[in-house]
Amino acid sequence: MEYKPDLIQQQILCCSCGTTIPPNPTNMCINCIRNQVDITEGIPKHATICFCRNCERYLQPPMLWVSCLLESRELLALCLKKLKGLNKVRLVDAGFIWTEPHSKRIKLKLTIQKEVFTSTILQQIFEVEFVVSHQQCDDCAKVMAQNTWKAMVQVRQKVDHKRTFLYLEQLIIKHSAHKDTINIKECKDGIDFYYGSRSHALKMLEFLTAITPLKSKASEQLISTDIHSGTSNYKFSYSVELVPICKDDLICLPPKVAKSMGNINPLGICYRIGNSVHVMDVNTLNVAEVSTQTYWRTPFSALASVKQLVEYYVLDVEPCGPVRGKYVLADIQVARSQDVGRNDTTFFARSHLGGILNPGDSVMGYDIASSNFNNDSFDALHRGSLPDVILIKKAYPAHRKRNRGRNWELQQLRKEEEDMAPRKQDQERIEQDYEMFLRDLEEDPELRATVNLYKSDKVKKDNDYAMADDESDFEEEDFPEIKLEELLDNLNLDDGPDNEDIDEEGESMMMD
Amino acid sequence: MAVRAQFENSNEIGVFAKLTNSYCLVAIGGSENFYSVFEAELKDVIPIVHTSIAGTRIIGRLCVGNRHGLLVPSTTTDQELQHLRNSLPDSVAIQRVEERLSALGNVIACNDYVALVHPDIDRETEEIIADVLKVEVFRQTIADNVLVGSYCSLSNQGGLVHPRTSIQDQDELSSLLQVPLVAGTVNRGSDVIGAGLLVNDWCAFAGLDTTSTELSVIEGIFKLQDNTQSAIVEDMRDSLVDSMV
Repeated sequence: MEYKPDLIQQQILCCSCGTTIPPNPTNMCINCIRNQVDITEGIPKHATICFCRNCERYLQPPMLWVSCLLESRELLALCLKKLKGLNKVRLVDAGFIWTEPHSKRIKLKLTIQKEVFTSTILQQIFEVEFVVSHQQCDDCAKVMAQNTWKAMVQVRQKVDHKRTFLYLEQLIIKHSAHKDTINIKECKDGIDFYYGSRSHALKMLEFLTAITPLKSKASEQLISTDIHSGTSNYKFSYSVELVPICKDDLICLPPKVAKSMGNINPLGICYRIGNSVHVMDVNTLNVAEVSTQTYWRTPFSALASVKQLVEYYVLDVEPCGPVRGKYVLADIQVARSQDVGRNDTTFFARSHLGGILNPGDSVMGYDIASSNFNNDSFDALHRGSLPDVILIKKAYPAHRKRNRGRNWELQQLRKEEEDMAPRKQDQERIEQDYEMFLRDLEEDPELRATVNLYKSDKVKKDNDYAMADDESDFEEEDFPEIKLEELLDNLNLDDGPDNEDIDEEGESMMMD
Repeated sequence: MAVRAQFENSNEIGVFAKLTNSYCLVAIGGSENFYSVFEAELKDVIPIVHTSIAGTRIIGRLCVGNRHGLLVPSTTTDQELQHLRNSLPDSVAIQRVEERLSALGNVIACNDYVALVHPDIDRETEEIIADVLKVEVFRQTIADNVLVGSYCSLSNQGGLVHPRTSIQDQDELSSLLQVPLVAGTVNRGSDVIGAGLLVNDWCAFAGLDTTSTELSVIEGIFKLQDNTQSAIVEDMRDSLVDSMV
C-alpha cells in the first residue's frame, strides 16, 4: 500500500481585502488585482472602420481596400488591426457579437491576457464596438471621375506596319501584363497604356524591357503639391521607343558596328528579335547580336522590310556545307515568280534556307539588284560584291490560294481608338497587316508557341463545302499546319471575339 | 502592537534592523523617522543599538540573535564587535561565526528556544548556535526554500511563514517550534516575510506597504493585540493565578 498524503490546499488571506484565497504570486485575490490594474487599459473600446458602399470593401489602413463578409475571418483580422494596444497583451480569443447589418455597428468580444506582476497573468473578456463609416475608395472615386490616370506608358515603333504591335498585343494577353491598366489607347505608331499607380506602369515597363529591345524615357508632371505635409502629386509618363527593326528585315549595319561585331558583313538580315537584335550574314551564316545599348549608340534603320518582299520560284538547291542550327547554307537558283514563263532571268542566291527549300518551292526574298536603297552605309558597300537576291522565308502560295477560313483566332485587347476614325485606305492597310500577322503565325511554329491561339468554329461550315474542291488542290506537304492541340478553348464562343471576357476584364481594371 | 515603518523608502525593514526580546539593532545612517518608530515602542525597555556589521547597513540579514545571544558573521570588524559588546546587556553573549553562508539572518530563523537553519550550514556553526543562543537547532526548509531566515519570522508566541508553505509543512514546523504558525504575507503580498517583518514577544514592525489585513494576521498570530478584559480572563488568568498563589 502506497502512502498517499491527502493534500489540503493551504489558504492565505488576500493582502488587501482579507478573503481567504490559495496563495498566488501576488498573494491578492482576483478582484483586488482587477481593481488595481486594468489590463484593457490602452486598448480603445470604440473604433471606426471605413467601408466603401460602391464596391463593398473595407479599408485596411493605410491604402488597401479588402472585400470581406460580415463576421468573416478577414473582417475580424481587419478589426483587430485597428486596435492599437493589442500588441502589448496576449490575445486569446476574439469573436463577433451579432449585430444588425444595417446598424453599422460591429461588436467584437475579445479575451486578452497580460502579465500584471511578475509571473501573474490576468485574463479578461471585454467588448469593442466598431462604427462602420462610409468612405469612397480611391478606385471607385477614380471610376466616378473619369480619366484620372497617374502613370502612362507610351509604346512607339517608328515603322510603316503594325506587325510588332500585333505580336506585342498577343504577348501582353498571354502574360496578362495588361491587368492593371485603366485604359489602353491606340494611336499613330503605337499604343498608350494608362495606369492608376506608378508602380503598375513600372511593371509594364519592366515587362516590355524583358521581351524587346527598347529605349525608355521617364518624365513627370507636377499636378499639385501640399506645402504643409510636403507631399506632391505627379503624373508620370514613360515614353518607350522600340527598336524600329523587325524580324526578316534587311539591314545594313553601320561600318563601325559591323567591325565591332567581329567584322561581320554589314549587309544582313535580322533573323530574330529577342532582348536584342539578332543579325545574320546569309552568305556565311555568321550571326551577331546588337544589344539595345549598342543599337541606340548608333541607330540604324532597316533597308527593306517584309512589305518589299518579292516572291521567287526555286529552280535548284545545292547545299554548301555549313550548318547553324536549323539553317543550312546553300546555293539556290531562283527565278522571279512573275518572270516564270516570260523570260529566262534567273538569279543565284546564297541562302540560309537550304534546309527547307526544294526545287519547285516558292520563296520570299529581297531583290537587291533592282532596288534603290537610300542608306549611307549601304552606299558605302562595294556594289560588285552585293548579291542579287537575299532569300528570307519560304512561301506557301498554294496554301494561300485555297483561302479557306481559319479554325483559330486571337484575343484582342480592348483598346480605345484615336478620336479620328482611320481613313479608308488606312483601314485596309490595318486589315492587311493583321492578315500578314496571322499568316506569320501560321507559318512559324516558334512564333506561335509564344502566343495563345483559341479555337474558333466561325468557319466550320465554310470548311464543309470547301472540302469538296480541296482534293483537286495539291497541298504543300511541309506546311506547318496548326494542330488542334495547340489551340486553347475559348470560353465564350457565342459572343464573337471575346467581348464578354474583355469587358469583364475591363471592368475589373476599373475596380482595381 | 504592530507598527509600520520604512527605511529610506524601502519597505524591507527586516534587512536594516534586528529585533529580539532583549535588544534591538538598527542600521546606522537611516533617517530619524525610522529610529523614532523604534524608540517610541522600545525606549526604556530594551537597548536600541545603532551599528553596522562588516561595514554594511544590512545588519538584519547578516546577524541572528535572541534573548540569550547574538551571532555575527566573520566579516564583522573588531571595532563593531567592541561597540556591540559595549552596548548590549551583559546577559547577551556575542559570538563571531566562521560560516560560509555568511548572511546569518537569511539562513537562520530563531526564537528563544528553537532555531530553524539552512540544511547546508556547517556542523560547527550548528553547535555554536545551540550553545550561544541556547536553542534546539533543526535543519529545515520553508515552502522548499532553503533560506529559512528570509521566508519566516518567529517569536515565542507564534510564527509567520511563506504563503506557499503547505499545511503539512506548517504542522511539522509548528510541532518543532511548539508555537502556532500561519502562512501569510507582508508589504502588500510580498512573501519575503523575514525581510518585511521584525517581531518580538510584545511588538512587531512591518514595512510601510503592509496592509491592515496583513497587520491583523501578524497581530493575531504573534498575540500582539492590546490585552482586553476578556484576555485577562482567558489568556492571562493562568499566569495571574500562578503568580498569586
